Amino acid sequence: MAAPTVEQIAEEMYQMVAESMGKKNLKANDLTKAIQAKYPEVDRDMCKAAIRILMDSGRCVYAYFGGSYIQLPHKEGAANE
Amino acid sequence: MAKRETPMIDELRKGPYPSFVNEMYKLQGRKPMVQDLLGQLEDSYEQRIGHWKHGGIVGVMGYGGGVIGRYSDLSDKYPNVAHFHTMRINQPAGWFYTSQALRTLADIWERHGSGLTNMHGSTGDIVFLGTTTAELEPTFAELTAAGFDLGGSGSCMRTPSACVGPARCEWACYDTLKLCYNLTQEFQDELHRPMFPYKFKFKCAGCPNDCVASIARADMSIIGTWKDAIQIDQAEVEKYAKAGLDIEGAVVAKCPSQCISYNGKLTIDDGECVHCMHCLNVMPKALRPGRERGATLLLGSKAPIMEGALLSSVIVPFINIDDPEEYEQFKELVRRIWEFWDENGKNRERVGELIQRIGMPTFLDAVGLDPEPEMISAPRDNPYIFFQPEGEEA
Repeated sequence: MAAPTVEQIAEEMYQMVAESMGKKNLKANDLTKAIQAKYPEVDRDMCKAAIRILMDSGRCVYAYFGGSYIQLPHKEGAANE
Repeated sequence: MAKRETPMIDELRKGPYPSFVNEMYKLQGRKPMVQDLLGQLEDSYEQRIGHWKHGGIVGVMGYGGGVIGRYSDLSDKYPNVAHFHTMRINQPAGWFYTSQALRTLADIWERHGSGLTNMHGSTGDIVFLGTTTAELEPTFAELTAAGFDLGGSGSCMRTPSACVGPARCEWACYDTLKLCYNLTQEFQDELHRPMFPYKFKFKCAGCPNDCVASIARADMSIIGTWKDAIQIDQAEVEKYAKAGLDIEGAVVAKCPSQCISYNGKLTIDDGECVHCMHCLNVMPKALRPGRERGATLLLGSKAPIMEGALLSSVIVPFINIDDPEEYEQFKELVRRIWEFWDENGKNRERVGELIQRIGMPTFLDAVGLDPEPEMISAPRDNPYIFFQPEGEEA
């Protein structure tokens, strides 16, 4: 199997985040570990680049709930109108 | 909305020292946000409860840190603080500014926020207190155009901080400002994109006086030190004695390792010196750190947020961190530590807590550091740690 591109990794990470929304908060390292388990040839820098693509495109956002997590953009629960 | 009476806050202004509410009073006439802030604070004092809600996702595009979301739970009563987010701004190394830079920062915050700041917050950052979600991106755009950036928050490398170092202090054993700047530039991703189990702080202290309290507050402390003998100017020692300094009582008797003697001439047994800095601080004109200077790396301290406070442990007794080659080795070590922590740290576990959980020998072995005598305070400090002769199987 050919090594995935950074864009493909970003897409797989996006799917993981989307599927876990409302069930489990995922950290950057959770995504990295899951990708590396599936593609042992992918290094951490490539995973960092994939997360960067998700963040810079606005498809995902960082969220802070005690620790920092990666989520899909959503309305802030605590926000006032 | 009519101004709320604030009798309890007014009491704070009657004490002998300037109160933190004084500046709020000055601003409330032209900043409705500050007027509502005082109103909500008075409510909090009356009811003995805080009225802030934490924001989870508020920030600027692409960054995972630098903005701490706050919302009022009394937004109907105090609509101007419905949003009251804090922004952390990466401070210059050693906190040096031109007056023009300070005016620029102040003007940006006048335009986009409450006008209230902390210079500086306990994280070391410039802290802008209170703005709305809509003003975050415009503030960030103006800050970056002026050469400033956001600092760290969340599970990332926090804004590195440094003492004033060689710019203002004769004790500096390495260039703290340069190291702080280099760490900030080198680890931009780690600063802005949270990727760790929890926060990680660097603090650069130029000498063992540790004016940035790195040994208690930084996950990695870089504390200046020296290898050779303390430099003594006997003529200056004599001047201190003639001026009335009780050298026996104020210096010799207070040396923690009892390595100083004085009989008209000061003598130091440098092999026994623990670099506490006491004698240098008492006689700054007579004593100076040695000439072979560098830094000690320590790891693992933290303030008591999740669990109890920890102090740092020595992991590298001496490194010439101003030397480019040794600086590269230092960065590689930092990356190995982060990788091990990433792999093995629990959620919200600081690196010092990880070391406590797995043990220092396991940690040293994992990050490729050899045990050194300087890592312990005294021989047989811990009888449960054994070192294997090289090549011998455990």
